[in-house]
Amino acid sequence: MITLSMRPCGDFRTSYKADNQIFETKTIRWLTMASIGLLCFAPMVLDAYFLTLFIQISYLGIAALGLNILVGFTGQISLGHGAFFGFGAFASAWLNNSFGIPVWLAIPLAGWLTMVVGMLFGSPAARIKGLYLAIATLAAQFIIEDFFARAEWFSGGAYGAAAEPFTLFGFAFDSDESFFYVALFALVFMTLWATNLMRSRDGRAFVAVRDHYLSAEIMGISLNWYRLLSFGVSSFFAGIGGALYGHYLGFVSAEGFTLMMSVQFLAMIIIGGLGSVKGAILGTIFIVLLPEVLESTVALMAETGLVSHGSLTEGMAYLKEMAIGLVIILFLIFEPQGLAHRWKQIKAYWKFYPFAY
Amino acid sequence: MSSNILLDVSKVTLTFGGVKALTDVSFSVNKGEVFSIIGPNGAGKTSMLNCISGRYQPNSGSVRFKDQEITRLKPDKRSVLGLGRTFQNLALFGHMSVLDNIMVGRHHLLKNNFATGPLYWFSGTQNEEIKHRAAVEEIIDFLEISHIRKKQAGTLSYGLRKRVELARAIALKPDLILLDEPMAGMNQEEKEDMARFILDLNEEWGMTVVMIEHDMGVVMGISNRVMVLDFGCKIAEGLPEEIMANDHVRKAYLGEEDEMLEQLEASL
Repeated sequence: MITLSMRPCGDFRTSYKADNQIFETKTIRWLTMASIGLLCFAPMVLDAYFLTLFIQISYLGIAALGLNILVGFTGQISLGHGAFFGFGAFASAWLNNSFGIPVWLAIPLAGWLTMVVGMLFGSPAARIKGLYLAIATLAAQFIIEDFFARAEWFSGGAYGAAAEPFTLFGFAFDSDESFFYVALFALVFMTLWATNLMRSRDGRAFVAVRDHYLSAEIMGISLNWYRLLSFGVSSFFAGIGGALYGHYLGFVSAEGFTLMMSVQFLAMIIIGGLGSVKGAILGTIFIVLLPEVLESTVALMAETGLVSHGSLTEGMAYLKEMAIGLVIILFLIFEPQGLAHRWKQIKAYWKFYPFAY
Repeated sequence: MSSNILLDVSKVTLTFGGVKALTDVSFSVNKGEVFSIIGPNGAGKTSMLNCISGRYQPNSGSVRFKDQEITRLKPDKRSVLGLGRTFQNLALFGHMSVLDNIMVGRHHLLKNNFATGPLYWFSGTQNEEIKHRAAVEEIIDFLEISHIRKKQAGTLSYGLRKRVELARAIALKPDLILLDEPMAGMNQEEKEDMARFILDLNEEWGMTVVMIEHDMGVVMGISNRVMVLDFGCKIAEGLPEEIMANDHVRKAYLGEEDEMLEQLEASL
């Protein structure tokens, strides 16, 4: 891990407030803000395909952020994240349909509700670790999936649940163009939420529990509580992501929230970089775009006539799965610290060129 | 007399299966003292410290801190009462910066939590963090580690890591600080620095110090009182001069024949 500060010469901080800032330099801050500003114009330029991809990245990214808090920062493991994501989607729809709570309020409420459920299923974490915990969370995955199928009052059972579109001041965000803004806002908001959490008391406690639990306990950190809380916080993010997903599609069905989804979330944070807020987002972008890029490459190849059209498109589904698997293996071997680390190294390279350090 | 006693350990016995790590050890530490625990390897010094800090729970006996029974209290509750410690083997949070490591020490003094922390600018978290940062900087200044405050703790040299660990323990604002071999593996210069820090801690910061140390020069030089353990039993306690003159202690260290020690060993 590169620990050197990337701050340029002469950029001195004279107050603790300035030293605690999120962005390392003014340039980075302006660039980030400018790119968010530019994104606001995206719906006017880009077509629905790209907007859909961005919306996908944002709701999956929010959930991946949560999983990274649990796995990357606290050092726990969960194979039930997909189920929590689904719980958020159903909970928000349920709150809206059954109690008439407006969607903008139902989404955060669904987050809190998922947090409670997450802490319930995360309670074994206080006692067990590693592989055993993985199996315990696997149980959570199956129990919650089964709950979706049976609890008709909650999820509509086999029929699924309808989710109203997001409305604010009478305006319905029901198209890709309009929901894009909701997704963008949610992504920025939750990223800030995670960043701020990690630079305040409980975020540091999470990392302390991961790095050295014995001395964390001596520092006054209750291990049981923080292991449990970490499950809660990660489920909160999953719930928010899921709720957004539900209200975007307009319909939630129980089939999607399988173990495969949980594993996919794990893949995102491993590829992006464990223990990095930026990494979770980068990893999500990667996993969402990878099959798309593959598909368009194949389409391109088919057009040029280099390969026969039929066989490749038929094998596409398998190719996608295999590519994701291959990428995870390659990342584990060549860049176990993920895209976030790679990004840092690239920055260091530019800064120190022509020197290595 | 009782008002002056900060830590009172009475008749603590700790066993691991058939091994008696500590047998009926009693001692008390007065406010404002530097109290050292010495003894050969495996004598039970660290076990004693673990009983005080809560990692082990003694099989019998009691530990009282500030006139409060803490024998069965969880470790994380003890830091709130004013108990801090460092470890013999480095126990820093390796992936955090030095600054964050020390900020973790402020954990029980900070109020912000998982719900208010994320609302950084609106919940007063920012001001609170800055306030505690100032306190942490004071400790950083005192231990002369300001040049490494942004470095990752895991990348530091041994001597510096020990110092950061001390800083983290000080950040707890403890009344009693337990130091487990603060000078192990250090060179002469680092040892001298560390001895000075411990004395300053005691005199200027008003902390009572309980320390395990093998360097007899340092122990005899800076402690007010010394306790000697061997085979998990207390074999002597007193002023440094008394300990140095004590026959049993000398023999325990040199491994010579000694009737009392033989009886001790036989009784286990």
